[in-house]
Amino acid sequence: MVDFGGWDMPVQYPAGTIEEHLRTRTHAGLFDVSHMGEIDVRGSDAFAFVNRLTSNDVTKLVDGQAQYSALTTPAGTVIDDLLVYRLSADHLLLVVNAGTSDKDWEWIKSHHSSESVELRNASADYCQLALQGPDAESILQPLTDVPLSEIKYYHFRPGTVDGVSGIVSRTGYTGEDGFEVYAPADRAEQLWNKILDAGNTSAHTGVLPCGLSARNTLRLEAGMALYGHEIDETTTLLEANLGWICKLDKGDFIGREALAQQKEAGIKRRLVGFEVTERGIARDEQVVLVGDEKVGKVTSGSPAPFLKKNIGMAYVPIEHASVGQEIRIDVRGRLVGAQIVKTPFYKRNK
Amino acid sequence: MANVPEDLHYSKDHEWLRVDGDEAIIGITDYAQNSLGDVVYVELPKAGEEFSGSESFGSVESVKAVSEVFTPVSGLVTKINESLADEPEKVNTDPYGEGWMVRLRMSNPGEVDSLLSAAEYEDFTKAESE
Repeated sequence: MVDFGGWDMPVQYPAGTIEEHLRTRTHAGLFDVSHMGEIDVRGSDAFAFVNRLTSNDVTKLVDGQAQYSALTTPAGTVIDDLLVYRLSADHLLLVVNAGTSDKDWEWIKSHHSSESVELRNASADYCQLALQGPDAESILQPLTDVPLSEIKYYHFRPGTVDGVSGIVSRTGYTGEDGFEVYAPADRAEQLWNKILDAGNTSAHTGVLPCGLSARNTLRLEAGMALYGHEIDETTTLLEANLGWICKLDKGDFIGREALAQQKEAGIKRRLVGFEVTERGIARDEQVVLVGDEKVGKVTSGSPAPFLKKNIGMAYVPIEHASVGQEIRIDVRGRLVGAQIVKTPFYKRNK
Repeated sequence: MANVPEDLHYSKDHEWLRVDGDEAIIGITDYAQNSLGDVVYVELPKAGEEFSGSESFGSVESVKAVSEVFTPVSGLVTKINESLADEPEKVNTDPYGEGWMVRLRMSNPGEVDSLLSAAEYEDFTKAESE
C-alpha cells in the first residue's frame, strides 16, 4: 500500500502488475478509483461559470454526456485535468484528480461570485469503480438496469448497479472500452465484491482487481497524460498535445489569451512518445539527449506489459520532436538509445 | 511466508550467498523478489570486475521500481548469469536456483561470517515488514 494524494492505495494486487495489465487488455480489470474528487456545480449560471474556468466548451455537451477538459492558469498551463459531466441544463459534475482536489476546490471557490452558482465539494460522497476491458459490458450488464449498449463513448446514464443508485459512464483511463460507476461512498465494498463475483463466473475469464501500477502502465500505453507527470502548472495544453481541448473560439476563459498567443507564435517544445531501442528501461525524470546535448526530461517511463517494449513520454524542443528522431536517455549514468514514435503507443481494435 | 533455505548466508540488503570453495554465488532472496514483483530487467556487471563488500553490482527492475543489488562480500566476478537477460522472470520463479546473479572469487572469505544466518534473516524480514 502507498499513500496517493492522502489515500492508502494498493500498488498491485496478488496477481501483480503485468497480469493485471494483460487481463484488462484481453478481458477485464476492476479499479477502485474512489480517490478521484467530485465537485458539484449547480444553478442557472453553472455553465457560464465552468466555461470560464475550463478550456473545453461546456456548451457543446448534451444531457448525459461527458467531456475531457482542463482547469487552466492565466498562462495556459494546467491546474488539473478533469472530466465534466452534464447532468442537466443547470447541473454539472466535475471529476478531478485526488492529489489536486483540494487545490482545485480552492481555485474554483476563489472565482465564485455569482449567486446563481451553487458549489459543493462532493468528493466524500462518492465511490468510483472502473471496470475496463473488452468484457466490461457483458460483465456489468446483468447487474444494472442501464442498457449499456446504448451508451456511447464519453456518455453516461443515471441508474442502479446491484440495486444501488448512481451513474454509469462509458469512460476510462486504460485505452480499453469500459465503464466507470459512481455511487454513494458507503456502497463501495458491496459493488466491488459484486462486480468481481460477476466477472468470475463460468461465463467470464476472471476479472482481476487492479492497482495503481497497472492503472499507470495502461494509461501510458494508451498515451494518456497523468497530472504531475505530463501536465502541471509549468506545461501548457498546447505543449502537451491537448490543443483539441482548447476551444479558443468559445469565448473568454482563464488562459485563453496566453494559449492563443502561443498558438500564433508556435510552441517551442512538445510532449512526445518514445520507444527504447537498446537494453534498458527509461524512468520518470531521466534526462533526454540528442547527440550529446541535454534537451529534455522523461515525464513517464516504464515497461509496457502488453506491447512488450520499454516506452515513455518526454518533453523535447520542437526541432527534435518528429517521429523517427533518435534520442538517448540517461539511465542512471548509462546512455540508452531510443526513438520518437507516434502516440498512442497502443490503440484497441474497435 | 517467504522461503529462506537453511544452508545460505544473507545480507540486510536481501541478497543471499552460497559458498562454493573460495567462490560465492549471489542472488536476491525470495522475500526480495516477492516485494519487488514481476522482474522485467536485470543489469549485471561483467566478468573480471571487482567489488568490495556492500557495493552495488547491478540492478533489478520490476514494472514499477528499480532496486540496486549489492555484493555481500568482496571479490572478483568470475561468472554472471547471462540467461537473465532474456529470462529475468527466473528471479521470481527460482530466486535461489536459476535466478542466481553472479559468482565471485572472494578476496576475504572471512567476511561471510558477518552475514546473517537463515534464522537471523527470517527475524530481520519479520521486523522489517511489521
